[in-house]
Amino acid sequence: MQVYADNAATTKISPAALSAMMPVFETYYGNPSSLHSVGQEAKELLENARERLAKCIGCEPREIYFTSGGSEADNQAILSAAYNGAKKGKKHIISTAFEHHAVLHVLQKLEKEGFSVTYLDVKTNHNITAADVKAALQPDTCLVTVMYANNEIGSVLPISEIGAVCKEAGVPFHTDGVQAVGHLNIDVKKENIDMLSLSGHKFHGPKGVGALYCRRGLPLTNVIDGGAQERGKRAGTENLPAICGMVAALEECLANLEENTKKVTALRDKLIAGLSQIPHCALNGDPVHRLSGNVSFCFEGIEGESLLLLLDMKGVQASSGSACTSGSLDPSHVLLAIGRVHDVAHGSLRLSLSEYNTPEEIDHILTVVPEVVQYLRSISPVWRDLQTGKRQYIL
Amino acid sequence: MALYSEKVMDHFTHPRNVGVIENADGVGEVGNAKCGDIMKIYLKIENEIIVDVKFETFGCGSAIASSSMATEMIMGKSIHEAMQLTNKAVAEALDGLPLHKMHCSVLAEEAIKNALKDYFDKNNIPYDAKDFPDCEHCAHCD
Repeated sequence: MQVYADNAATTKISPAALSAMMPVFETYYGNPSSLHSVGQEAKELLENARERLAKCIGCEPREIYFTSGGSEADNQAILSAAYNGAKKGKKHIISTAFEHHAVLHVLQKLEKEGFSVTYLDVKTNHNITAADVKAALQPDTCLVTVMYANNEIGSVLPISEIGAVCKEAGVPFHTDGVQAVGHLNIDVKKENIDMLSLSGHKFHGPKGVGALYCRRGLPLTNVIDGGAQERGKRAGTENLPAICGMVAALEECLANLEENTKKVTALRDKLIAGLSQIPHCALNGDPVHRLSGNVSFCFEGIEGESLLLLLDMKGVQASSGSACTSGSLDPSHVLLAIGRVHDVAHGSLRLSLSEYNTPEEIDHILTVVPEVVQYLRSISPVWRDLQTGKRQYIL
Repeated sequence: MALYSEKVMDHFTHPRNVGVIENADGVGEVGNAKCGDIMKIYLKIENEIIVDVKFETFGCGSAIASSSMATEMIMGKSIHEAMQLTNKAVAEALDGLPLHKMHCSVLAEEAIKNALKDYFDKNNIPYDAKDFPDCEHCAHCD
């Protein structure tokens, strides 16, 4: 049995998305910037996709800017708010310690340019509160950028409450919604979100496409200069097939949101309950405010890369925050941020589910993960030291 | 292309000489849990010949494969031959390792040397300390 359980990395494209894309390749291949009929047909499709996407997240069509994906949207949102703040002498940003690198690395770049960033601590409940944001506000805060949901550990942040705090303080609020869009009901106006990044391939759309929602009136700085596409804020011929596929995928996800959430949450809870039976493990992430598809654990005494390779051989595709899986030397900053020490963070496993997974697949995962963990522990000198009392258990 | 060679995958999924030797003549442990790899080697030595060797490894696939291959390469060899084992020879025997995984073969070499040093210490056999670099010199965990 093959079980794809890495949906937070990317998803299988949906039939609806694929069939929305095909005619754009074959028939509506014009450049939306061209004046002739073929181009104007493409332009119509583009604006239709913009309207439909706007409806999905509760904004106006002209507040949508199509991008190459979530990373570009994050970059543009943060740089725009930062440079706009700097013009007014405001150079303080509030974020969290467990943001995606597409946010974190931009913030680190800004710090080198003289901005100061408060990274909110996420050790308590593996989450933050709106009160944390409020307490961190300064007179010179020019941006709050806080992810909607965490990609590794699944915590869903209190976005509406944070939005209310930001609105009251008059500080622009950006949220990286890459893991949330298509999986949660989002209404940017009701939640007082000023900017939101999203990515097509996290909800069964194609890769290489995303969007930035930016509230009317907030100035945007270009990340890509050139032609006047996207009202002059994002140059480059629009990736129309991908845009059409992304919007079709999102509409389908939202039309079935309630049903999908119910189904995936049940699979997730069964998986969490089953894996919790393994001795000396811990669930990562907020146990209550959690993405319906996220299961993240640390297992003491083993290392994540070998765990992933053996699971793959038994038909389960997953991911890990272990250093060895990333080619870097440190385990995931997210696991360190929630307080997992290196020894334990190396033994992490993320299984991310979608509505395409079945109860039979969960049973398969629950058969193979305990076997593989037990095997790796049986050859681990760390596990022997833990068992013989030479080393103290952390979990 | 796959991440690892077939040899690496073979030694990773069917590691040779896994386990512990009770009352071993030499035991060596290198690495630390912080950097994500720990290797432990146990040697049984009779008349300067390695008559048995076992290992335990906490680490990635290439760390487990490197330990397995290294133990196979010194089994039945004299302690002098075992002292000549290099990380390069281990990596080559595995049909190569990805560049960022070469330190796994270094750990295997050092774990074996560490176990031999323990044997020399226990038996008051003189040796040159510079033949035994410890893992501190490796920049991997810095």
